[in-house]
Amino acid sequence: MGIKFSLLTVVALVLAVFLGVKAAGLQYFFGVIFPYAAIFIFLVGFIYRILKWARSPVPFRIPTTAGQQKSLPWIKQNKIDNPSTTAGVVARMALEVLLFRSLFRNTKVELREGPKIAYQWEKWLWLAGLAFHWSFFIILVRHLRFFTEPVPFFVHMTDRLDGFLQVGLPGIYITDLLFLAAVTYLFIRRVVIPQVRYISLPADYFPLFLLMALGLTGVLMRYFTKVDVVKVKELALGLVTFQPKVPEGIGVLFYIHFFLICTLFAYFPFSKLMHLGGVFLSPTRNLPNDSRMKRHINPWNYPVKVHTYAEYEDHFRDKMIEAGLPVEKE
Amino acid sequence: MANVPKPNELVIDHRPPATGWMDTPVEFRPGTWCYAAKPKNLEAVGLPNPREWSPIDDDWKLPDNWKQIVLEGLRERLEKYRSLRIFMDICVRCGACSDKCHFFIGSGDPKNMPVLRAELLRSVYRRNFTTAGKILGKIAGGRELTMSVFKEWFYYFFQCTECRRCSLFCPYGIDTAEITIIGRELLNLLGCNIDWIAGPVANCYHNGNHLGIQPHAFKDMIEFFVDEIEAVTGVRVEPTFNRKGAEILFITPSGDVFADPGTYTLMGYLMLFHEIGLDYTWSTYASEGGNFGLFTSHEMMKRLNAKMYAEARRLGVKWILGGECGHMWRVINQYMDTMNGPADFLEVPKSPITGTVFDNAKSTKMTHIVEFTADLIKHGKLKLDPSRNDNHVVTYHDSCNPARGMGFFEEPRYVLKNVCNHFYEMPPNTIREQTFCCGSGSGLNTDEFMEMRMRGGLPRANAVRHVHEQHGVNMLSCICAIDRAVLTASMNYWVPGVEVSGVHELVGNALVMEGEMERTTDLRGEPLPGMEDSDDEDL
Repeated sequence: MGIKFSLLTVVALVLAVFLGVKAAGLQYFFGVIFPYAAIFIFLVGFIYRILKWARSPVPFRIPTTAGQQKSLPWIKQNKIDNPSTTAGVVARMALEVLLFRSLFRNTKVELREGPKIAYQWEKWLWLAGLAFHWSFFIILVRHLRFFTEPVPFFVHMTDRLDGFLQVGLPGIYITDLLFLAAVTYLFIRRVVIPQVRYISLPADYFPLFLLMALGLTGVLMRYFTKVDVVKVKELALGLVTFQPKVPEGIGVLFYIHFFLICTLFAYFPFSKLMHLGGVFLSPTRNLPNDSRMKRHINPWNYPVKVHTYAEYEDHFRDKMIEAGLPVEKE
Repeated sequence: MANVPKPNELVIDHRPPATGWMDTPVEFRPGTWCYAAKPKNLEAVGLPNPREWSPIDDDWKLPDNWKQIVLEGLRERLEKYRSLRIFMDICVRCGACSDKCHFFIGSGDPKNMPVLRAELLRSVYRRNFTTAGKILGKIAGGRELTMSVFKEWFYYFFQCTECRRCSLFCPYGIDTAEITIIGRELLNLLGCNIDWIAGPVANCYHNGNHLGIQPHAFKDMIEFFVDEIEAVTGVRVEPTFNRKGAEILFITPSGDVFADPGTYTLMGYLMLFHEIGLDYTWSTYASEGGNFGLFTSHEMMKRLNAKMYAEARRLGVKWILGGECGHMWRVINQYMDTMNGPADFLEVPKSPITGTVFDNAKSTKMTHIVEFTADLIKHGKLKLDPSRNDNHVVTYHDSCNPARGMGFFEEPRYVLKNVCNHFYEMPPNTIREQTFCCGSGSGLNTDEFMEMRMRGGLPRANAVRHVHEQHGVNMLSCICAIDRAVLTASMNYWVPGVEVSGVHELVGNALVMEGEMERTTDLRGEPLPGMEDSDDEDL
């Protein structure tokens, strides 16, 4: 159900632009109005979600400790996987965010007769995840060349590094291949691994199809059905300088591509894609394990009913005296 | 264990069922659920909705507005815990956690995959607290809170031991323990606890410990071990109780006072303290290190934990020393100071023997006995004869809470390697931060749950079996009282021939005491290596 529904939604989105541009002449809507709306929704939604998370306090210091604690001076602490300082936390978070440290630990369980259990090497998810996220990021940076004039040096540099293979004309970007391969892998594993398929929701398939369509239209435009890049840049620059205009004669493929990325942006704050922001706020990762050294304050800590020693002694006094245990009141 | 299938008859199938998880209602099969909390145990601590009921009843006797209570409770917790809010929102269902849970590995039940356990709550969250869920319902992964969903919560939140192994592998650190803890809080709003947790909570609250041991009996029991120690070593140790002015208050789980093999660990503590002449006292009021409040609600955890500081203040000790216990140390490391501190009436722990200041505990003022002993050994303050443990080929089980809630890895290994000659590690995927739960943690160590306990215990036992076969390991040591109780059952079931011990039992065996007689047996009364023919059978 999830797969079909998500696929059909993406197909419907593509058809909507196609008909909108080809039949109804809605270039201005798809080229200007919707992109502005999407960016607006993205920014407001993203900030709203972060603020909503941030409004809930962190009452307890609950890092998942993944290495040796700070202990006696002669015991070597694992300062990154079990940080006790801010610097350690920054290092841990950097590894987590940039290299997916936790996912790198992944293994796969194999159940054998007996029953016996074995653990197998399984880094594919990590690898595909890393390939996907980094490719996507680099592709976004590359696309800045449409939105800037003059194009900043780091965009040029990214472009050159990404295309260093110099295969074909125009040169193939490595990230284009990686992006499509990784997204395809992530989709295939979701369908093929029974457990993962079982837990998958429409909200898991939809972004994948959206990304696939996004990548395919991009590749089509660059390598196969050319669009007028100069005009595309004109439109893009118009948008960022708030002097929007829609040049005549940009192919429909561009509008499809552009609409899909805008949809992704607009969809972002309402979806699991918010893990981009959430990972930074995860209390099991972004806190030092120092709560025996430094008191962590819970802003809503409140007094609770306890059973006091006096009540305890009142209840047991005779027995305690008889057993020779010291008491407060004889 | 009458109803538990034999190990080779246990069916484990990792393939998910044909029906989707939202459309597969929970089935309460004997051996896989725990008895309901008795009304008297809820009343004892003032928890809501005390009544006689059973999870297999159709009618759980909930108030008419139960749904409102749960959703209001969830809303309140979303506002109080950033962890919960984030963990509800950012899971991408990548499945990295799916086969990391011991209960999933041993049962194959997809709802024991951490991701689905969380989705049980998440689906209700989405339906009631997110725009997409409110409008799109099932398409957005939302689900109405029905009685059937609520029963599912009970079943699966009491099939999670809060061991946090999944949180280690999650790319966002989503911690199912956090979700289970809060899920159980919601269940407790309607009086739906299990009795194996509610009973100890009530006991601990009124009598000072989970087992309900009263003060005079507590003293008697410890004195029984004083006699036992004298029989083995010829040395008479002299513990004190509720003594004001002692330098140190010692608190350990009551399980060690009550049941083998924890009792041997307790003997180890007594011997060690005597040998180094420690000025310490036991307390009958704070006679529980463990905290089944953690398995009930944050509030109950705080109510039970409060005794430690209160008693330390009353007795006027300088600092607190804590025994070998798993979840006790999660509470001490990650909650105690925040909940019941500041402990500004105590001093930073300092070993009176070595002068070492335990800076890593300078705010809680509480030190772990294994840290304390490791320091003693490092400074050469203990005379040890590890050959007395030569009958034991030892491995070490990292208890989940000290492992992933603290990072307590090297200290116990250092102690073990100094008190025994034969030590082997289990495979790396199953120790340290990747350690597996014993299968019965977080208050699930009850007999009616035995089938599930053995299933959950499989991954740990599987690793023990490996070193048992490879190196002849016959002793599984650990620093957790629940481990000592339940791993014994799990070993008997999965790997017969392997016994379970605390670290300080092995310390007690190796410890050469001033004025001791020639020992012929270990603390269990088993002959020492080379003493098999000795006639000393008067234990």
